[in-house]
Amino acid sequence: MLYREAGQFKTGYNTDQSIFPIRQDRWAIALFLAVAVVAVPLVIDDYWAKAVLLPLLVYAMATLGLNILVGYCGQISLGTGGFMAVGAFASYKLTTAFPDLNLIIVLLLSGCVTAAVGVLFGLPSLRIKGFYLAVATLAAQFFLVWLFNKVEWFYNYNATGQITMPPREVFGFLITGPEATPAATYLFALGFLIVFGLVAKNIVRGRVGRMWMAIRDMDIAAELIGVRPLMAKLSAFAVSSFYVGVAGGLYFTVWFGAVEVTEAFDINQSFQVLFMVIIGGLGSILGSFLGAAFLVLMPILLKNFMVNWLGVAAVTAKHVEITLLGVLIIFFLIVEPHGFARLWQILKEKLRLWPFPY
Amino acid sequence: MTQHERAIGDTLLKVDNISLGFGGVQALSNISFDIREHEIRAIIGPNGAGKTSMLNVINGFYHPQEGAITFKGEVRRAMRPHVAAKQGIARTFQNVALFKGMSTLDNIMTGRNLRMHKNILWQMLYYGPARTEEMEHRRRVEEIIDFLEIQAIRRVPVGKLPYGLQKRVELARALAMEPELLLLDEPMAGMNVEEKEDMCRFILDVNEQFGTTIALIEHDMGVVMDISDRVVVLDYGRKLADGTPDEVRGNQDVIDAYLGVPHDEGEA
Repeated sequence: MLYREAGQFKTGYNTDQSIFPIRQDRWAIALFLAVAVVAVPLVIDDYWAKAVLLPLLVYAMATLGLNILVGYCGQISLGTGGFMAVGAFASYKLTTAFPDLNLIIVLLLSGCVTAAVGVLFGLPSLRIKGFYLAVATLAAQFFLVWLFNKVEWFYNYNATGQITMPPREVFGFLITGPEATPAATYLFALGFLIVFGLVAKNIVRGRVGRMWMAIRDMDIAAELIGVRPLMAKLSAFAVSSFYVGVAGGLYFTVWFGAVEVTEAFDINQSFQVLFMVIIGGLGSILGSFLGAAFLVLMPILLKNFMVNWLGVAAVTAKHVEITLLGVLIIFFLIVEPHGFARLWQILKEKLRLWPFPY
Repeated sequence: MTQHERAIGDTLLKVDNISLGFGGVQALSNISFDIREHEIRAIIGPNGAGKTSMLNVINGFYHPQEGAITFKGEVRRAMRPHVAAKQGIARTFQNVALFKGMSTLDNIMTGRNLRMHKNILWQMLYYGPARTEEMEHRRRVEEIIDFLEIQAIRRVPVGKLPYGLQKRVELARALAMEPELLLLDEPMAGMNVEEKEDMCRFILDVNEQFGTTIALIEHDMGVVMDISDRVVVLDYGRKLADGTPDEVRGNQDVIDAYLGVPHDEGEA
């Protein structure tokens, strides 16, 4: 009843092509953003920031990036962990080399460095497709992790091989290091996600996005229309890697503060993000957020439910959690292979008509 | 109805002694013909005659071993398809090659790709020049949507459309490129009479209103003889005949190979 678009007339192509063409959606998103930006920082504590919200934001960023590559351009990649490592190490090297450089700029530059590396490892995509490309990007994953572990220059020759983020301020607020407040770190990461979420949406709804999707759906026809596969694929790799790199940078700078490359950015990380993309919905910006939210929040919910309500031992709960999560993933993929984004769309369609059958 | 009220101009595309082979198979041997501005040129022949190969050569998908192609006075032999697109050659496929995951609107908008120039940085911002450009092209695309009468399916993912409509969307996408030469590979295959009539009307309208030169491959002889100005007949990679529909119809070789006498192998 509430969700009707009757009476909302579109008077130009502008309004027709806006991100949220329905007024109720605009209100909902504005409300959601208000809660996220204003209300959450007031109540956030260390547990919520480190265990729930920062993982959510960081993974949402990485998922967004991978979805651009896999969902929009149809190029599969298993190198996400490696690219996140590039972002993390680039931000570490930059911030230690130039301590006065604003952290925002550091992260953006890290994204650019990762984009360059992504383009390099994206070159094989011009020749190989599908599973073979997956194997080629797997090489990126292992090579990059090996590189950051092996070459001491990357971790400034320290004995542990670990990188640790020094405290940095942005506009007078301490963002990184153990002293940083949960609200500050959360808002910092949130800011990145809001800006780059919007940017991603803008790219995919415009010419470049259509170019990627054309390559994904039918590369021969795309070439005939004047899309150059080289440009389309490499730009997708660049933009995707930029996002993944920034995610890696955030992972290191604001979330963990100290990482060890073989632990933090191993192949599991790549799969994790890929699952988020698939469960959320290939080729959907909203799906990226939903997928990340599901895989970050579901384990926490399951664990809390089992430990606090059922009184299961923590170790057992962990095992059951992994099993249950797997079952849930299979369940959702059977119910809706196009992911949460599609489920959401169906729900909205139903809501528009409710309570009438059609 | 063959002679429309439009002036057939000079030669737009000239194919000279093209030979194309794949290993042992000679797909095209020594083919020459020309396509003049504003005309509708049909390429016919039995299956495996090399018709689609010929279009692929014109398009830049296949690179012929011998011969040359002159388009708008420029000679070329090997080129990439996107260069052909840039020069003004558009194409539809025999087995529809649409972007299945995208809506009708997005498919046609993709056809405008070469005419949109705002770079990715403007697009990240969206507001400003990128949006102005987008809207300008949206307007052009809406004209094409009106022209082909597909307003109702604007937002539908093309994978869900019936075959006849998919063919029409593909034509729309090709038209969005505003091509000078439009290559249609069996635009009416698998359609019923009504859909064929619609498609014929659209092809003639495109030719008349936009002055687009059209080269088409088609098996429906009624259609071919009705709408085309000149017909070239291929068989086993060789050129059998070339001329007006009436000339071709009367050619004994063509009758033997393709049109009309009892044949050992039936024509699909």
